[in-house]
Amino acid sequence: MAQTNIGSKTMDGMGPKGTKVGLLRVLGPAHVWALGVGIVLVGEYMGWNFAVGKGGAYAALIACWFAGILYTCVAMIDSEVTSTVAAAGGQYTQAKHIVGPLMAFNVGLYLVFAYTMLEAGNAITAGYLVSVVAGMSGHEGALDQRPFIILVIMSLAWLNYRGVLATLTFNLIITAIAFVAILVLFVATTGIVGASIMQHGALMEGAAALPYGWIGILAAMHFGLWFYLGIEGTTQAAEEVRSPARALPFGTLAGIMTLLIAATLTWYVCVGVLPWEFLGDGVNGSVAPLFDTARLSGSTGLVWLLGIGTLFATLASANGCINDASRAWFSMGRDKYLPGWFGAVHPTYRTPYRAIIFLVPIALIFALGAPLDQVITFSILSGLLGYTFMPLNIIMFRRKWPLNSIKRGYEHPFHPVPAIVLLSLCAITFFAVFLGYGTQLVAMIGFYIVVSLWFHFWRYRFVSRGAQFTMPWPKPKGY
Amino acid sequence: MAHYTPPVQGKMGQLIDVIVLVVLTVGALFVPLWMGLAGSSKTVATPVENPTWETLGQNPVQAAQYEALGYDPAGAHDLILARFDYSFSVSAVLIMVVVIVVYYALMLKFSESEYRDVIAEKFDSK
Repeated sequence: MAQTNIGSKTMDGMGPKGTKVGLLRVLGPAHVWALGVGIVLVGEYMGWNFAVGKGGAYAALIACWFAGILYTCVAMIDSEVTSTVAAAGGQYTQAKHIVGPLMAFNVGLYLVFAYTMLEAGNAITAGYLVSVVAGMSGHEGALDQRPFIILVIMSLAWLNYRGVLATLTFNLIITAIAFVAILVLFVATTGIVGASIMQHGALMEGAAALPYGWIGILAAMHFGLWFYLGIEGTTQAAEEVRSPARALPFGTLAGIMTLLIAATLTWYVCVGVLPWEFLGDGVNGSVAPLFDTARLSGSTGLVWLLGIGTLFATLASANGCINDASRAWFSMGRDKYLPGWFGAVHPTYRTPYRAIIFLVPIALIFALGAPLDQVITFSILSGLLGYTFMPLNIIMFRRKWPLNSIKRGYEHPFHPVPAIVLLSLCAITFFAVFLGYGTQLVAMIGFYIVVSLWFHFWRYRFVSRGAQFTMPWPKPKGY
Repeated sequence: MAHYTPPVQGKMGQLIDVIVLVVLTVGALFVPLWMGLAGSSKTVATPVENPTWETLGQNPVQAAQYEALGYDPAGAHDLILARFDYSFSVSAVLIMVVVIVVYYALMLKFSESEYRDVIAEKFDSK
């Protein structure tokens, strides 16, 4: 069995033995949890409610749970592969070692666009929140949200530029506060403490129960993913955690459990207070549903708490997205999949600073120029393409390196059941996106086909062949 | 397999590659938007003249929540009545399936040929 010290505190993940010039190994399991939950928790604060718009409140709950199953499969598969392929780039690096370069290039782009679009969505929400607070504070007329959107993206990019430990410690604190805010809202509005304001029966009666019938449940899966989208980003920290084999599975699986609880509580309090048509329209209706629920609670304290929770959730998510997108972009630059200029590490802060800076204007273009549901759909589609890759990845991983042929930090149970379930749920979600957003789906796949041809027939000539394979594993079975 | 030495790409070549990627990325989202083809097909099929909460199909609790949110029936009209149109043709679904399958098939095929080169150079050229 091949052995590798993937937990070295002084060596990075470059080359079979590592070097001392790459990213720093300074993170623990709590940081991994904060990275995963921090990116995703904003999904409870905004965006998930489009699922209500596509199918109604019950459809959104069913979508929430099925998406939870999808992401549990993602977390199980990801934990096994990434605890073995412990290098920056996450699924990109996995694809490079297991499936092949073109797949890796595509997966790298999925990651970058899923996270950059999510970052843009977060900045839009933060700008909206500032405008609402300004209105509540007596500001007259429409507040220009653009300066706040720019400020959010620029300031978090600066934080990421300065160092990963401070960035993710910041995320840990604000994510914890945002999570506690959901718990407090649930306790304060459902009758556990004080009077209940829940009116599920009246708000969901008649046509409001399932306004589109059963097809609405299918359609709701599209935005059901938003409850959890980004949890797979924990793998991006693989090269910066002190003990990848322990911290990555622990942080990822604890993260998905946290999110399952938060998603269900969020659904319960929001649909018990807000009419489904208002809740389901995240552009003209409820942009920030937990905040709107707090507004209807009549409690000033809850309004402030959920306002702060929404702001912190958007900041934590945008922060984690910058972290993850830049790692994926950096990794592709380091391998020359993209221009090698992006593969530089800052000599003092040990961060992928060129990748961080380059992605700032990309995020700004989308945050300032596209509506929220389009940005979210772009992010979801990139994520969905990545989830479809994962079952193929784990099946090929187990086939090429069977159990006991290499050291795994974690072995997920019931293989290949999670892979089959994940693939089936991905197929359903593609159909869900097709219902209402079919043009974007085709445009997006068209984009990936064009860039794939560009990579295979042009870009790949600049890539070293054997040097891409950096894991100290034996030759894969069947080659 | 003989060792492959990639050419060194100049700064101008790197810049052009980045510009190509950025243009394709922005185009993928914005071209459908500019052409009015992207996004939801949510429309109000049957508008209601002089709407009231009752004619909008809202019970007293739902109406009270809308009023608490600052809406009157006229202001909430489009929000309440707009619906997605989920009708679709089988041929449209088949086109989507074919596009997705062709994409993954293309990617796996090209990846496999590239991967064999990687493995051959890594393990067979020692």
